[in-house]
Amino acid sequence: MTQHANKENNNIVSGHKCVSRFFEDLHKPLNDLAAIKEADHCLYCYDAPCSQACPTSIDIPTFIHQIRTGNITGAAHTILSENIMGGTCARVCPTEVLCEEACVHNKRDNGDDPVKIGLLQRYATDHLMLSNAPHPFTRATESGRHIAVIGAGPAGLSCAHRAAMLGHKVTIYEAKAKAGGLNEYGLAAYKMLDDFAAREVAFLLGIGGMDVQYGKRLGRDISLDKLRKDHDALFIGIGLGGTNDLGLEGEDMTGVVNAIDFIESIRQSDDPATLETGQNILVIGGGNTAIDAAVQAKKLGANSVTLAYRRGAEQMGATGYEIDLARKSGVVIQLWSKPVALHGGDTITSVTFEQTRLEGGKLVGTGEKYDIACDMLLKAIGQKLKEPDLADLAIKGGKLVISSQYETSISGIFAGGDCIGSGQDLTVQAVEDGKQAAIAMDGWLKTN
Amino acid sequence: MADLTCNIAGIDSINPFWLASAPPTDKYINVVRAFKAGWGGVVWKTLGEDPPVINVSSRYGAHYNDSRSIQGINNIELISDRPLEVNLREIEQVRREWPDRVIIGSMMATVDESAWKDLAIKIANSGVHGIELNLGCPHGMCERDMGSAIGQVPEMIEQTTRWVREAVDIPVFTKLTPNITDILWSAAAARAGGAHAVSLINTVNSVISVDLDAMAPTPVVDGKGSHGGYCGSAVKPIALHMVAEIARSAETQGIDISAIGGIGNWRDAAEFISLGANGLQVCTAAMLYGFRIVDDMIAGLSAFMDSKGYRTLDDFRGLAIKNTVNWNELNMNFDSKAVIDQDACIECGRCHIACEDTSHQAIAFKVARDGKRSFTVIDEDCVGCNLCALICPVPDCIEMRPVKNDLPYLTWPEHPKNPLGEI
Ligand SMILES: Cc1cc2nc3c(=O)[nH]c(=O)nc-3n(C[C@H](O)[C@H](O)[C@H](O)COP(=O)(O)O)c2cc1C
Ligand code: SF4
Repeated sequence: MTQHANKENNNIVSGHKCVSRFFEDLHKPLNDLAAIKEADHCLYCYDAPCSQACPTSIDIPTFIHQIRTGNITGAAHTILSENIMGGTCARVCPTEVLCEEACVHNKRDNGDDPVKIGLLQRYATDHLMLSNAPHPFTRATESGRHIAVIGAGPAGLSCAHRAAMLGHKVTIYEAKAKAGGLNEYGLAAYKMLDDFAAREVAFLLGIGGMDVQYGKRLGRDISLDKLRKDHDALFIGIGLGGTNDLGLEGEDMTGVVNAIDFIESIRQSDDPATLETGQNILVIGGGNTAIDAAVQAKKLGANSVTLAYRRGAEQMGATGYEIDLARKSGVVIQLWSKPVALHGGDTITSVTFEQTRLEGGKLVGTGEKYDIACDMLLKAIGQKLKEPDLADLAIKGGKLVISSQYETSISGIFAGGDCIGSGQDLTVQAVEDGKQAAIAMDGWLKTN
Repeated sequence: MADLTCNIAGIDSINPFWLASAPPTDKYINVVRAFKAGWGGVVWKTLGEDPPVINVSSRYGAHYNDSRSIQGINNIELISDRPLEVNLREIEQVRREWPDRVIIGSMMATVDESAWKDLAIKIANSGVHGIELNLGCPHGMCERDMGSAIGQVPEMIEQTTRWVREAVDIPVFTKLTPNITDILWSAAAARAGGAHAVSLINTVNSVISVDLDAMAPTPVVDGKGSHGGYCGSAVKPIALHMVAEIARSAETQGIDISAIGGIGNWRDAAEFISLGANGLQVCTAAMLYGFRIVDDMIAGLSAFMDSKGYRTLDDFRGLAIKNTVNWNELNMNFDSKAVIDQDACIECGRCHIACEDTSHQAIAFKVARDGKRSFTVIDEDCVGCNLCALICPVPDCIEMRPVKNDLPYLTWPEHPKNPLGEI
């Protein structure tokens, strides 16, 4: 464990007591008995559909079989060998549209009891991370090559870990004061209790060969040109630092906040009770960030939380499970509603919506309008690439262009995670990108 | 409702469910609880001559499956560790209080005529309906030349059975050990000695598991372990076989059978009865779940009999015996093929990998463009082994369908390819 992670662990764990007043685990972790029972539900499929549905291709039947035989450390090893952030993924993956959707139990008559793969994955990875076992992987002999990873989010960390494992030296440049990216700053608190993001970073760095430089923002403190001179290859995993605007008058009023910043303030707070939040909160957007923000706002005690989305439930980025979760938490969901005007003086007081519908596949306003009063408006209508220093790299549709080998338009610069085209706004996809990019870089370094 | 009364060795019982000689029948309080729960009879925990034995602490071990349910247990307990008189007085009391229930006295003694006879007479005088000779205990007692030390020698089985027959005039059950090469020798010896019935099986010799920390067999007694007696669901197949052999072999046919070994529910019970058992004894299942399991044994067996139109146990007793034959009497011309119900299939692939890796590569696996996985049997390669149907997690998804080939019944001795054939 690095010095740094240790320090962070201490101060957040003490604050965690306050956080837990508001947030408890979204899914209760399995105890030993429940884990065995759940593992026993797995049919140990051959060439299993769940593994194929996992973006990181974890060998799910094997790790579950290992839980069944009591080889829980081995199960964790199986998971982490494909997905070093298996612990986070176990908590935040929308398993209902990934592995668990593919579970063959769903194909039974009236079948709706897929194996709880996410919870079993958490059981195994927690077991390993809570034990004092040494880091489970070892590094290949030093290659003498030095890689720069920009951004210590899931993609960057996954890439760094794999590259270190393959024998390369890695320096990670992170703009913020902590590593973890969205795991640390952007996911709902009830998914990442007990300072899990920081513990996972510490665990991952445990393989050695990596150092993290904090407070180094691309374009401000570091530049691609300089990094290219100092390193043999680069990986960009900067995510999407910018947020989309509504494009309406008054977005600068007090109370209009980016949902992602709202979540960050909760995640970084030792005592969320001291946060200044609204009483009547309006969230605009239909993705996971919108849901994470809305549910947390409700749990923090807001009087009313309304989530407005301009299309229908079908089109929402959030899964059916997440939408249900929001409803059960008391969030009112308004579909087919697009904001057309913000009202207020210094502070926002209400938003006018126009109702929408699909006409020949195109979203159009119906002309019917209504107002929702609010004292806080959380914008969750998507993020975008921000970094000015990427000027030379080819960008298409607002994302970095990469080859099948994760290489950008400049040889030796690789990229992955939300900042590339494949980015599906999924932690697990970012982890896969990072891993594959490291493998591709390793191949590239052999000939360059 | 079906009539579940039964008669074994001339003893009437309100139902065929008795508790076997073991801790559940160890003393007054257990036996009364059992009778309250509905058990038809008990075989009292084996009695020996005074002074009573002394047991060790740490006595049972378990064999689990992966989901931590118990397949079987083993034990290193000895016979009753309470004074003979205490046991006999309790037996008398229960006999008085529960006149419609059966109590059999189980006994063992050293190989000495007066030892056997004296003990048998004392037990008979307590009012038991019959006496069971424990010739099976495979641990501890055999090291004192009792239990399986007697049960493994047919001459001694016959001798001890005869001694007890000569000493008392109530029915005699000889309880057999499965730790032998051929159960027929033991059963024939018991019959020659005059036994009215055989009870089987006693426990199977076993080391149930090894404690990998203590590096000793379980149950671990202060760092060491000893082999013990295995019982419970896992031994049922062994017991079924032995019961079937006794029921169908000329030299043993007709002797009453009190079937024991892995009986845990009505279905197990029905299987033993179909192979000729006159009564049943249960130990482990009661130890795992308590006496209440007898409720469903009774209800389930009645429902089964009603559904088949069997009014009494005799209506289906032994019906499976005539279909239990030697391999040489099987029809070599019978052919069956696996048929997978594609609508029921959930695409787990277990049948494919089992057949592919370990059988006859007879299940093809294809993935369609839309990701649908399909598994189909290649008839030419399927030998009809049943493996896929057995492991398929969906009930009735894989059917083993007989092939209509209009060929005559042909046994191996008659088979043209038999090099020893006598055509
Ligand atoms: C703890 C224990 C003690 C036993 N003690 C005796 C005994 O004293 N006399 C005897 O004849 N059989 C004894 N047995 C064997 C049982 O009566 C029975 O034959 C055997 O357990 C198989 O039946 P089951 O599979 O229903 O348990 C004992 C079994 C167990 C588990
Ligand atoms: S019955 Fe046996 S040989 Fe035939 S398909 Fe099934 S596993 Fe293969």
